[in-house]
Order: sequence, then structure tokens, then C-alpha cells
Amino acid sequence: MMRLPWVIETKTERSTSAPLIAPFAAVAITVCAGVIILSILGVSPGKALFFLYFAPFSSGFNISEVFLKMGPLLLIAQGLAIGFRAKVWNIGAEGQLLLGAIGGSLLPIFFNDSQNPLMLPAMALVGGCFGMGWAAIAAWLRARYNANEILVTLMLNSIALQLLFYLVSGPLRDPLGFNFPQSALFPDVGMLPILFSGFRVNISIFFAIGVSLLAWLFVERSMTGYKLEVGGTAPDAARYAGFSEARAIWLSLLIGGTAAGLAGVFEVAGPLGQLQRVVSPGYGFAAIIVAFLGGLRAIGILFAAFFMAVIFVGGDIAQTSAGVPFSVNIVLQGILLVTYLAARVFVDYRVRFGTRRRIPAGAG
Amino acid sequence: MRNQELDIRPSPQNAGAEAPLLELVGVTKAFPAVLANDNVSLKIAPGEIHAILGENGAGKSTLVKTIYGVLAPDAGEIRWRGEAVEIRNPAHARALGIGMVFQHFSLFETLTVAENISLATPKTAAKLVPSITEIGERFGLPVDPHALVHSLSVGERQRVEIIRCLLQDPRLIIMDEPTSVLPPSGIPALFETIRRLADQGRAVLFISHKLEEIRALCHKATIMRGGKVVTEAVDPTQETNESLARLMIGRDIPHPRRAAATPADAAAMEVRDLTYVPADPFGTTLSDVSLALRPGEIVGIAGVSGNGQKELAAILSGETLLPPRQQDRIVINGRSCGAADSGKRRDLGFAFVPEERHGRGAVPEMNLKKNVILTAHSFGLANRGFIKRPAARAFAKQCIDQMDVHCSGWDAEARSLSGGNLQKFIVGREIRLGPKILLAAQPTWGVDVGAAAAIRQHLVDLRDNGVAILIISDELEELLEIADRLHVIFRGHLSPSIDRVDADSALIGDFMTGGFLPGQPNGEAVPS
Repeated sequence: MMRLPWVIETKTERSTSAPLIAPFAAVAITVCAGVIILSILGVSPGKALFFLYFAPFSSGFNISEVFLKMGPLLLIAQGLAIGFRAKVWNIGAEGQLLLGAIGGSLLPIFFNDSQNPLMLPAMALVGGCFGMGWAAIAAWLRARYNANEILVTLMLNSIALQLLFYLVSGPLRDPLGFNFPQSALFPDVGMLPILFSGFRVNISIFFAIGVSLLAWLFVERSMTGYKLEVGGTAPDAARYAGFSEARAIWLSLLIGGTAAGLAGVFEVAGPLGQLQRVVSPGYGFAAIIVAFLGGLRAIGILFAAFFMAVIFVGGDIAQTSAGVPFSVNIVLQGILLVTYLAARVFVDYRVRFGTRRRIPAGAG
Repeated sequence: MRNQELDIRPSPQNAGAEAPLLELVGVTKAFPAVLANDNVSLKIAPGEIHAILGENGAGKSTLVKTIYGVLAPDAGEIRWRGEAVEIRNPAHARALGIGMVFQHFSLFETLTVAENISLATPKTAAKLVPSITEIGERFGLPVDPHALVHSLSVGERQRVEIIRCLLQDPRLIIMDEPTSVLPPSGIPALFETIRRLADQGRAVLFISHKLEEIRALCHKATIMRGGKVVTEAVDPTQETNESLARLMIGRDIPHPRRAAATPADAAAMEVRDLTYVPADPFGTTLSDVSLALRPGEIVGIAGVSGNGQKELAAILSGETLLPPRQQDRIVINGRSCGAADSGKRRDLGFAFVPEERHGRGAVPEMNLKKNVILTAHSFGLANRGFIKRPAARAFAKQCIDQMDVHCSGWDAEARSLSGGNLQKFIVGREIRLGPKILLAAQPTWGVDVGAAAAIRQHLVDLRDNGVAILIISDELEELLEIADRLHVIFRGHLSPSIDRVDADSALIGDFMTGGFLPGQPNGEAVPS
């Protein structure tokens, strides 16, 4: 029989620091890979290292940009992680984010001269519901017809994008906007307050941190979070205990969809100030990586979101300063995920070369 | 490091006889938490049927795995035909002439007998047919080489496993609990085969914890306890069940104290004419099953495993839901529950100890504190949707103390516990819920004799407190010990109830092969 020259076996004992090894290894490898890739593209290694990982901290503006990008990543990743722990694979956060942006834009577009201070909360409410509703399609199809939520949420992303394109070039287009595919600018009451004048970072980062605390409470302390976790780790035990699978599917997707929808609202009500064709530089997908890199735990995700935001900003800086393509960002995100998953294998399993067992010295 | 030469007591029977086929000297194997084999020595002569007797956790499987090359010993020596060998892996063991028949079969159900066997050899299925037939005739193992495995009874499947092992022409055959899968009627044929193997000069290492069988079959017995050999080479035919048991567990087997049952009249749980076709094509269809369970009695369901026990347990527990129009098929305390999930049934006072501990009765990745929340969350462990961790911790501690669970504490992950210990924990948890109805599937499977007796005593005590208890078990001895009456399940049919006083092995054995069904030819139990 064909045999591979190595054997992969489960580790019986695991040290307490083991869960930290994988994310740090992934980050270290990604840092190195970034430098190597930029070097290949003609940037000297020292400059590459600077652009990608130090430049994001080099000025107040860049630091503000890091926190601006960390906000949506953190918010979405916390929502997704709750579902991922229940093994409900929502990879449609990007589409749910777009729907949130669309929903959040309706009020400021149709009440463009409003002075109502409740405008922002109302936008968040509508946008959150839109994101939730978009995820609900996948939840219903999965709970009712057992349609794979990975495929459904993935395909709904494309539908959401086309829907956005249609709306910004049609019904929601600014009539005074010279036919540009974008909406009217939002009124001031529809904009998130800026933290420091001159910088783009706004209060949504505090909201995302607050949501992280709630997520921690939900996952670690609440009965519902417990039920979701049991459903994810041992479905038979969940059935034995009488925890409903359909309920877990619905909750997981609705929480993820709402968080992504809110992130979408905060994009249009924050740095963008209007609805346009490009709402997100791939936050919905990057957040999946953030959730895993953070070990699906609320506190880990906080750090992972920060690092991912650094890559985003560093990639942007490298793009403008050294003229490297934007794809470098996506490549680095990919490397981050792949190396994290690979590192997890080495944390959870032991690879043994040779089929011959090691015989301890002194054996007969 | 060489071990000191051990003082091996020569067996009276074998003194001066031919050289041993296999000899273990001072074999020691340690795992992180436990010394599984401590200085084990053993001799097996050609033509000998040698029993290794011990409780679960006594180190039998570790020893067998060492002989079969799955584990390497930390110290000690294995001598095969007088020469020291280092058995590298099972393939090496087979090349030496050591074969093994595992307790759990590794056969592909959709392939034929010959195809299954050909997977283990370089020969094609067609070329193997004559040798399968020949071996079958020579050793009393009749089986059709062209039959598809899923159509075979457990007994026939075991024969396939044995034939597969014999094709390698082994000198030593290890059989791991071979009778545990057989109906009582299938055991004599197996013993006949084993005797024929021994008559040919092959040695058989027979692993069991069933004393009767060892006394009936084996020439010699090595008894293990706590990783050590307590007695080497006793002649089991000269011993009684009691004396062997005392050697095995180190004290007398405790029997539960029980008084006659005084069940109430009204049933706590009823199954009414239940017919159920499982979604799983290899599952067993339940036909016209009716069952009443009254407070204050223990009802047992006996039968060879695979005759519908799993399906019935899942329907009773609410893990398998009936369609809403069959709501009335299952009634708990007067409420129709056929379509109510297990959570709702628990609210009506139902508790359940499932057969699978890891992944069903407990979440392996979670610690014991979190595992009590699984079913005890509505017993003061959660408040306004939030888990009360101190209460959960206290609950877990009580389960651990009450059932004498061996673990590092309430923060031990469930997967770090042995199956038997986790079972004690789960039983403790379900008992603490104060159920009105308790369903226990294989409640003492894998649990050592002393703990099993404690669990049975708990069940009897619960019954005396007016709990209705249903026990589904493969172990007839267990049911005869604690059940007040019995049903037998065969191919999804449930036999009439047999009262404790009328229950003898002959009648139950007859029922186990379908003797209660009108017009049913008395065939073998088929697990599908």
C-alpha cells in the first residue's frame, strides 16, 4: 500500500501558550513575506519593511487611518466569530456590509436636508436591519432546505454588489451629480462625529470596541453563547441537550449580518459621506481572516483587527509611495490566513517523519 | 536498561513442556498520566488458549497493542519463539506470525466478503474465493465469499475478520473481546473454532472480562489489575467465578441491594404502536413498538446490538423527532411528546444517559464545569440568560465527588477522562437532575466492576424513590441483576415483557434471535 513518508497525529498534551504560537507565527511570516514580495517588485528590503509596517505609525494621519480601518474589521470579525464558533460559515459579510451601506444611505439621501439628531441612530438601525435581512436569506435557506450557507452567502455577495451598482447609477444617484454613479452627500446629522479634526478616524472605533466587550460577554458568559458553542463543537451533544440547530443557524447568521451591516453604515456615514460604487476595500473578506487569526475569541480578534488594519494602511502607503500594485494587500492577507491555518496544524498535531517508530533508549 | 530476571512461577500444566511461542519479560509501558503496563511477564505455548483477564483499565489493551506492534514498550523484552524481537508495527507482527481479530470490525459494508479480504492481501478477490471457502470449512467458519458484508449478521462478520486473520497463517491469534458482539447462541460456534485453532498448534490470546467464558474455554489465564500481573498462568477451570473475580478486582464483587419493586399504576412514559423508518439506510426500522414505563420500576431492553436500540433510544430522548401527526406515539407524564425535542422532554422530568459519552453525553473539548451546564442549565446554573459559574463549578464538584470520578478537577477537559470515568460523571449529572424518568443506554459499558456496581446501586435507589427507569444494555447479566422486567429487541421488534422471575438465559436467548415473533424462523440476529 502507498504510504507517505510522514505521519500526522494528534498531540495528546498541549501547553497553555500553544494557542498564541499560531497567530504570532503567522504574523511573523507575513511580515517577512511582505518584505520579500516588495523586494521582488523592486523596492529595497529596508524601504519595504518601513512602508508596510512602520509607516502606518509614522504620522498622526496614518495612525488615524489604522484605527479607521480597524473599526469595520473589528466589528465584522466579532460578529462572524460568533457564527464560526457555532460552525456556521458566513462568508458573506462583504455583501451584508454593502446592504448595510445601502440601507444606511436611504434616510440621508431621501431626507437630505434633515436636521434631526436622530438621523444617525436611525441610519444605523435601518442599515443593521438590511445587513441582517441579507444574512437571513442564507439562514432561511440553510434552516429550511439545508442549503449550504457557504455557497449561499458567497453568491449573495455578488448579488449585493450588482444591487449596489444598480442603485448608485439609478434610483439613488445624485440628480445634481453630473451622472457620476454616486449618491448625494449626506447631511451633517448623517455623519459620524470625527475624533480629532483633520483626521478621518471617527467614533465608530469606540462602538466596535464596545461591541467587542459585548461579544466577549456573550461568548464567555451567556447561555445562548454556550449553546452556540456546543452546537459547533459537538452537534450530537447539542441535540442530546435539546439545543435547537435551526436557532443556532439563525442566530449566527443574523448576528454576523447585523455587525457587517453596521460596518457598512459606518463606512458611508464616516470616511465616504455618500453611497458610491466602492464602499469597502474588502473588509468583509479580510474580517474572516481577522476572526481566525484572533482564535475566534473576542480579545484575540481585537489584536488581529489591529494588525490587519496595519497591513491595509501599509499596503496603501506602499502603493502610493513605491508604486506597488494594490494586489499586494490581498496577497498579504492570503499569506496571513494560509500561514495561520498551517501553523494551527503544527500546534494541534505532530508530524512524524518515517513510519518507523522512535524506540526509547533502553528498550529491550 | 535491562530488567532484572524475574521469578516466573512455572505453571503446573506447562512445566517441562515445549518452549513458549511468545514470552514477555518485564514489559513496561507508561503514558503521561498512568503506568499502563508495569513489569508484565507472560508465556504462551503453542496450542494454548490463554486468557488475559482484567477490568477495563487494567492494561489489557496496552499489552495487546504492544504484542501486535502498535505500541513500543518503554522497557522489557518480547521473545518470539525464543528470540528477543522488537516488533516495529502491525505489519511486522503479521510477518512474524501474530494475527489479531479486533473487537470492532473494519469491514466495508458495500463490498463482498472476498473483496474485503482482498484489501488486506495482494491477491484479487476472485483468487481468494477458494481459500476463503477452504479455511471456512476447516475451522467451522461458514460464510459465503460473494455475500455483501451489509447483509451479514454480526457473527458472520466476525467470521470474515477471523478468516482474514487466518489467511496470513498466524501462529498466535489475538482476539479482543470476541464474544461481546455475539448473541449467546453464536458463542459456542466461536469457541469451537478457537478450539480447532488450538488443536492445530496455534496459540490464541483471548481477551475478556467474562469469567464464565474464560472458565469454559481457556487453558490458562493471566489476570491483570492496575497494569500489573496479579496472577500468572492460573488454570481457570480450577477456579470459580468468585475466585477469579476476586483476583481481578482485588475484592468481592459487590451486588446491589434491592427490594421488590413497587411500581405505581400510571405509566410515566409510554410508547404506543411506534413504527419508525430511519433516514439512515443502514439503520433499523422499528416495528409496532409499545412500551410502558411506570414510576418505581426498572425496565430493561436486552438484545444484540444493532437491532434497533440506537433508534429507539434517540426517539425516546427526543434526539430523533417524530413528525407532528405522530405526536401521540410518545407520552411523558400524560403529555404527548413525539415531536418535542429533548429540551422539552427534560422539562417534563426526563433524563438520559446516552451510549456515546464523548461528543454526545459530553462535549470533549469543554471542561467538566461547562459540561454540567449541558443538561443542568435550568437547575439554577443560569440566571437571566447568563451562566452562574460558581453554581456550575459546585454542581460539577458534587458530581465528581458523588461518583468518585478520577480527574484533575472540575476544570479537566472531558476528553482527558477515560470513557468509564466520563460515564460516571454523566450518570452523576443526570441523577442530580432529580429525574422522574431516566433512560440509560449501556450505563456501565467501559466502567470498571466496582464503579459499575455503584452505578447500578444508584439506579436501584432511584427506582426505590419512585423514578421510572429504562435501561438499554448489551450485557444481559447487568439487566438480570437490576431490571424488574425485561423486553428483548430483535430487528426493530420489541418482545413481550418478561418478569424478572421468569427471565432465564434460555428464554431470553430465544427471544434475542426472534423467538417471540410469530412465524419467525429462528435465525441469527442481523444488525440492519
